[in-house]
Amino acid sequence: MIIKVIVTLKNGVLDPQGKAIQQTLNGMGYSDVNEIRQGKYFDIDIKENDEKKARIKVEEMCKKLLANLVIEDYKIV
Amino acid sequence: MKSSVIIFPGSNCDRDMDVALKKFGFKNQMVWHNDTNLPKSDLIVLPGGFSYGDYLRCGSIAGKSKIIGSVKEFAESGGLVLGICNGFQILTETGLLTGVLQQNKYLDFICQNVYVKINNNENKYFKNIKKNILELHIAHNEGNYFCSNDELKSLEDNSQIAVTYCDSEGIENIQNNPNGALKNIAGIFNKKKNILGMMPHPERMIEKCLSGEDGSLFFKNLLENLK
Repeated sequence: MIIKVIVTLKNGVLDPQGKAIQQTLNGMGYSDVNEIRQGKYFDIDIKENDEKKARIKVEEMCKKLLANLVIEDYKIV
Repeated sequence: MKSSVIIFPGSNCDRDMDVALKKFGFKNQMVWHNDTNLPKSDLIVLPGGFSYGDYLRCGSIAGKSKIIGSVKEFAESGGLVLGICNGFQILTETGLLTGVLQQNKYLDFICQNVYVKINNNENKYFKNIKKNILELHIAHNEGNYFCSNDELKSLEDNSQIAVTYCDSEGIENIQNNPNGALKNIAGIFNKKKNILGMMPHPERMIEKCLSGEDGSLFFKNLLENLK
């Protein structure tokens, strides 16, 4: 089973890469782009057929390794 | 005094640290990250570099290495643990130190000499050190220290801010903050002050030909304080 996780910076945490991408897009003529927040996406192939159990395990992985909860939030999608 | 430097895949300041420690009289041993036991040591150093290619987040993967369990035990029992640059990042990722090192505010890799002010002398690292402002070297892409307001208050209340970026006179402001770090923070302690993480590299300033010797003051003083 594949579980998908998205890790993003928390609101209010400075994202200089997102800012640079936004400014570049603005410079390319996409003047209506207000803000970009860059994140990370993970496909986790896990040996577990019960989705509920798999999600619990992945949640644990997010807390322990995939996200740094000081600055990041995670979302299991 | 005995010291141990932990080597992770991608560490690149491990040997510089070995040279510096030995130069000032430490009996140093190198320890591989896959070992589980630490040799008997008075000081453990997590060196600078790019452990695991900075994958995921700087220091995050090294923070789960086999040796880290022993480092945590050593630190929790009051042993001295020093993390320089990537070592500082590893210490925050393991939770031994508060906060996180984010990408530099202006997106550039910074490699330059800086001045840092010592904010707290009541610890083994800086007690009796002859200067209060040190010229040291930084080289990093992720040195922008960040923590929550509550954590910052706790750091301030417990005098855990170890060193801050400043100018040669000790003035801290936005002009001499190279990476956007919160409150110009270049290094912090844990509550007990036995763990120090800092971005500047004292091991790069131990010879006149390496553009300065303030790093020598740091190591000499540390050794004296451990005797």
